[in-house]
Parts: sequence; structure tokens; C-alpha cells
Amino acid sequence: MSAVSDTPLPAPLAEIADDFRSASNDLKLQLLLEFSDELPALPERYAGRLDQFERVDECQSPLFLTVEVDDGASLEQREVHLFFDAPAEAPTTRGFAGILHEGLDGLSAAQVLAVPDDAPMRFGLAEAVSPLRLRGMVAMLGRIKRQVRAKTAT
Amino acid sequence: MGRMSADPKISEYAHPERLVTTEWLAEQIAAGRVGGPDGIALLESDEDVLLYATGHIPGAVKIDWHVDLNDPVSRDYVDGEGFAKVMGERGIRRDTTVVIYGDKSNWWAAYALWVFSLFGHDDVRLLDGGRAKWIAEGRELTRDVPTPTPVDYPVAERDDAPIRAFKDDVLAHLGKPLVDVRSPGEYSGELLHMPDYPQEGAMRGGHIPGAKSVPWARAANDDGSFKSRAELEAIYLTEQGLAPTDDVVAYCRIGERSSHTWFVLTHLLGFPSVRNYDGSWTEWGNAVRVPIEK
Repeated sequence: MSAVSDTPLPAPLAEIADDFRSASNDLKLQLLLEFSDELPALPERYAGRLDQFERVDECQSPLFLTVEVDDGASLEQREVHLFFDAPAEAPTTRGFAGILHEGLDGLSAAQVLAVPDDAPMRFGLAEAVSPLRLRGMVAMLGRIKRQVRAKTAT
Repeated sequence: MGRMSADPKISEYAHPERLVTTEWLAEQIAAGRVGGPDGIALLESDEDVLLYATGHIPGAVKIDWHVDLNDPVSRDYVDGEGFAKVMGERGIRRDTTVVIYGDKSNWWAAYALWVFSLFGHDDVRLLDGGRAKWIAEGRELTRDVPTPTPVDYPVAERDDAPIRAFKDDVLAHLGKPLVDVRSPGEYSGELLHMPDYPQEGAMRGGHIPGAKSVPWARAANDDGSFKSRAELEAIYLTEQGLAPTDDVVAYCRIGERSSHTWFVLTHLLGFPSVRNYDGSWTEWGNAVRVPIEK
């Protein structure tokens, strides 16, 4: 695809994107299912507290996400942690969340903010899941960056 | 073999041969009648493209509304060759009995059934209650994917006119019965998309002039199954004043929820002249100078 920007992806996300791009459509779906199955459950401290999460309506099934940013002297030193909640009946949404979790969790705020907004287009997923469905991942990434920006603003 | 569900609720419908119960399907599976060259073809059609892979009814083959049934370029369905390929590679012949089920109260299953009907596939049915009811009843799921032996499915010409309406057809239809099956907020124009769903970029909100608001879900029970014929008649005939002889057009946002209502009016209530306007609000709400009511 020529329409995507050439801003590099952070290494963990780039690795996932490579895996997807080199896979057949069937294998892409299988990989996405693995990310769905492996999406970490919410930690105890968030149990029953979805009201503190941001709801991503652009996904076909509702997804809840929140972001924590550790303290630190600069954006480069402040680590980002991501938390997602989506039902088992929404494996595609969970799969997108799983990719972003594995690709972004633990990076610095500076690295997360530098992720290009078109990153979801670099997985070769459009033909496998349809471009319409990819909007969910674009929306998740947008919310994550916005929350990181808000939480590092002061 | 029992050709149809002998269920008393189903036998009340106008076309009882279009709907099967979970019990009936379980019996067919147990008797080895699902899959194979002469068996029933069982298809799962979901909104979520991965849901089938997380577990499905034994013997079910996946069909995806977007990847398999839509043309990849133009906003249209596949053509006769494309449809023959989709069917043939699933081991389905022209005379095969096809049972479709899916998530979300069978929206996408009804959508697939409607597309199959555009190609005149004769024997295609829905599983009443779909995926959710099967699971709620604790019935078996598997991650085993069947590998049907491909067969030749004839290239059938798609015949849109009887059951599919285009924008010009709807313009010519104004003044005759229209059913808007979207949520009340979409109908009134407060929302440009389904609650909980993506903003799909309609430039204008509201509804097609004269359309009655009958949200699709009113035809469904909480377990995803269809309401009884008497309950459906109370809604569509008594309350909304539709008559089975009416020429009706149903629409929603992209034509999936209205496929559910199309199925209800056509097969459960026996209206002979119902068309689904699949362009729906994502076309009408963006079209220049079409009339809109709020």
C-alpha cells in the first residue's frame, strides 16, 4: 500500500505488523484469534470499574480501554500501560486490542505518541477482515494517544 | 428425514419451511445429515469475522457477509460467477438444503439468506435464535473446521428486482409503505448511526418520508428467536396497519437489520411483495436532494 505514511512503527509493533503482512489471509485470521485469546484480563484493581474506562464506540462491539502513565522526569522516561475490556463474543475487537497491547504496552509515552495514526493500515488486514472493520483499531489507537497526551499534559 | 421442524410455533408461520429449531438441527447433526455431498449445508454468518473460529456448531462452514458476499470493489454483491464459487467451494449444490445461523439475533444470517435469495437458491432456511440460542441451551461447539468437497454450482443470474430496491425504486415508491427498522434515535435524526456502532458518515439524519418506525428487534425475543406469528401480526398488521397485499420497502443503515425484517414480512407473515433497500441510510442520508423527514 502506498497510501500509508513512512513514519516508523515502534519495534514491537513493527514486528507484529511484519508477521501479519507475510501471512496468508487465513493465517492472518488465525493470528488475530491468538491475539484475541491472549488479551490479558483486567487486573483486580479494575474489576467492576468500567466506569473509569473510555468506551470506544467505533468498534463493532463496545470496547473499554484505559491508559496508565508511570511517573518520570520526561516523556521518554514515563512508561505507558494499557488495559482493555471486550467480551468474548467480540473476538475481532479483542484481537485488535491484543495487537495494541502487545505492541505498545511498556513503551515510553514519547514512543506511543510517535506511533503514526495510520499504523492499523500496515498489517495487511484490510483484505482479511474488510476495511470497515479496521476502523475499530484506528479508533482505539486514537483514544490511547489522546489519553497519553492528557495524562502527560501537566 | 424430517424435512421441516414440526415445532408448533414454526408451523404457524406463512412459510414454515424457512425456519428450523435448534432441536431439529441437533437431531440432524446426530443423525449424520449435516455436511457431506448429500447432506444439509450448515453455514455460520456473523458480524464478527473471527467469531466462527472461536467455536461453531459442529459441521458448520463459515460464510462472511463482507469478504464472501460483497463485491470487493463496487458497492454491490458478488455476481453469478462469484456466488457459484462461494457455494461450490462449500460443497453446496443448487438443490442443497442450506441452514444459516449467526450472531446478533441472526442479522447477518438473514442478510446472507436474502443474498442467496437474489440468486434464487431455493431451499435456504434460518436457525431460529441463531448462535446465541444454541449456546444458551448448552449445545456443542467445536473449533474443528470441516473441509467440504468442492462441487460445481451453476452460474445463476442475480435477479434483484423482486426483493431488492435501489434508490430510484424508493423515490418511485414514496407514498407507499416503507418500514424503517433502525433505532428510534436514528429514525428521528438525533443519531447518524446505530447506538454503540461506528459513525458511518451520513451527512443528514432523519428518515425517508412516510416511513414507519418499527425497530427490527421488536420482531425478536430476548433469546434471539422470532416472535410468534400472532405477536408479529399484532405489530405489523394491527399496530402499523400494513396489509399482506402491500408493496413494502424495508431499510436500515446498510441493509443488514432490514434483511431481518424482510425475512419476517416475507417468510413469517407471507407478504409476497417486500423489497430490502440495501443502500439504506448510508446512501439516502448522503444523497443530494432526496427528500428527508425528521
